[in-house]
Order: sequence, then structure tokens, then C-alpha cells
Amino acid sequence: VTTVEHPAAPIAAGEKAPDFELNSTPDQKVSLSDFGGRPTILAFYPEDWSPVCSDQLALYQELLPEFQRYDAELLGISVDGIWSHLAFANDRNLHFPLLSDFEPKGDVARAYGVYRTGDGTSERALFVIDGDGVVHWSYVSPVGINPGADGILRALDDLAAKSGS
Amino acid sequence: VSRTQWTSELTLQVDDARDHIQGPAGAPVTLVEYGDYECPYCGAAYPIVKEVQSRLGDRLRFVFRNFPITTSHPHAERAAEAAEAAASQDRFWEMHDHLYENQQHLEDADLHRYAEELGLDVASFDRDLADGAQTERVREDFMSGVRSGVNGTPTFYINGMRYDGSYELESLLASLERAGTRS
Repeated sequence: VTTVEHPAAPIAAGEKAPDFELNSTPDQKVSLSDFGGRPTILAFYPEDWSPVCSDQLALYQELLPEFQRYDAELLGISVDGIWSHLAFANDRNLHFPLLSDFEPKGDVARAYGVYRTGDGTSERALFVIDGDGVVHWSYVSPVGINPGADGILRALDDLAAKSGS
Repeated sequence: VSRTQWTSELTLQVDDARDHIQGPAGAPVTLVEYGDYECPYCGAAYPIVKEVQSRLGDRLRFVFRNFPITTSHPHAERAAEAAEAAASQDRFWEMHDHLYENQQHLEDADLHRYAEELGLDVASFDRDLADGAQTERVREDFMSGVRSGVNGTPTFYINGMRYDGSYELESLLASLERAGTRS
């Protein structure tokens, strides 16, 4: 395994999350601003079908009820085309939107500072965005490593504590 | 690479009253596994865990917690509940072993048959599964794993710290031995 350094500079906590509009199905688009007022989890992942991505997204599927307890929306994003997303979601029983950052390719990943130029894919990166559209937490995982969900849940706990106080 | 780094530690401490434990309480090394009965990697790890248990003897305490990823493994949740139903009859480990030794056969009818083969109170076992009596327990295990940084199965913790190395026999054994001399 060769390791290539990709100095990702993900949008940091406290910065405004760039809005976007991407297809979630061939005829439906999803915008970040659709979820105004609610926490949003953006899970950038390199590619549909890769083993690590599949495990990571299966774990998030299991956790949908937990995310719902925080009234949080989960969005997966990769540079794959929408038909790949649909086949992948169907094959792996994923019931949350997979957004297609396909044209111009990787534009949203670039806006979030997590595009991998050499590979033409995105980093494996997580963003938890608060109801005002501000990044509360971001994390870039080594691309071959499934980051799990403990960081996401901790960030959602933080947000819930803040809004409760 | 900008990354937030945190240590992955077991957030739910090993508890004699709730956990399924093999080995003495005073053992210098505790190995906790979060596993899924239908996951082939867990199936591959099963004989390796048995082997490290036999090599380390009383120096090792082994704990198993449920982490069924039903999105990928449709039978994993029921299998986990079956093991917990057996646990309510003090027969957890027999069912645990039986499930891993028969990973390809985890339909409800199979689970029922395993309960019979193990001589469990089958009526009570069936009722537990039908009523979802163990669902909450399995979910509690699962969430404790998520909170502890489990990202797939199997995930192991050695003396409370996530073990990210290989679980091939030599690597796992060496790490357990090291943890044993450190404590």
C-alpha cells in the first residue's frame, strides 16, 4: 500500500457550511438549506461499492433511529453518478439520501475542502452542521478507515446540550 | 491531514452483573469483542479467540457483546437475541459457540432447533424471541459499541482500549501478552 499525502483542509468548526444542490434521485434535488433549523450530518465517502464505504454506510443505516432522536438529517455524498447511487443503496439496504457530486465533478467536496485531486474522489470526511448552517464539527478519516459514528453522536450531543441551555 | 484525534476507549465498563464473561475477574488482561453472529470476519475470529483463551488460560478474561449490523446481515439481530435468550437461562456461551459454528444457518427454525439441541426451556426461549424480550439488551450493547468507536465487526478492546491491529492469532496473542505484562 502506498500512502499519498492529501493535505485535506476541511471546513472547520465555526465556519459557515457552503450550501449546495445535488441530485438524490434522477429527478430530485436536495439542498443543505432544505434542512434549515435542524442538524445535518454530511458523510463524504470516496466511492460506492468499496468495502470500507459499504461498512461505514451500513453502520449509519443502523443508526438512523438514533440520528432521528436528535432530529438530525443524514446525507451521504460521493462523486458517483446517480444511477450508481440508486443501485448501491438498493443493494445495501440504505434508506437515506446519497447525493451525487457528479457535475461539475467534486464541486461540493472542493467547497468543503475534502476533494482528492489525484484520485478524483473525495476524502472520507464527516461534517455535523447546526441548524443555522454553521459547521459544528468536522473530521477527515484516513481514506481506508471507517470512522465509525462516535464522533457524530458526540457532536449531536453537544448541539442538543447547547440548544437546551 | 487535519484530523481530530481521540482515543477509542470502552465507554461501558465490563460489569459482572450484565456482561457475558469467561475467565477470572482478577485476570491481568480483559479482551472485549463486539461481534455479529452472521459476520464472516467474526466467524473467522471465533476460533482465534478460542485459541488465545486456551493459550492464556487464567491470565485472560473474555467478554462478548452484541453488534448486529442488520443492514448487511438480516439474521444477525435474531441470532443475537437467541444468544441473550439462552443467557437468561444461564446458557449464553453454549449458544454463542453454536451460532458461530453454524453461521450459515441462522433462520428462526435453526435457532429454535439449537435451543432444543442445547436442552433449553424451548417454550420460554421461543417466547423471548417472539416478544422481543432481548431487543433492548442487544440495542444497549450495540449503542455502547458505537459510543466506544466500534466501526465494524469484530472490534476488540484490550484492557479497555480499542485494538486496531490484526486479529490473526500471532498478532492478537502478542498484543494480549504485552497488555498482560504491562498491568
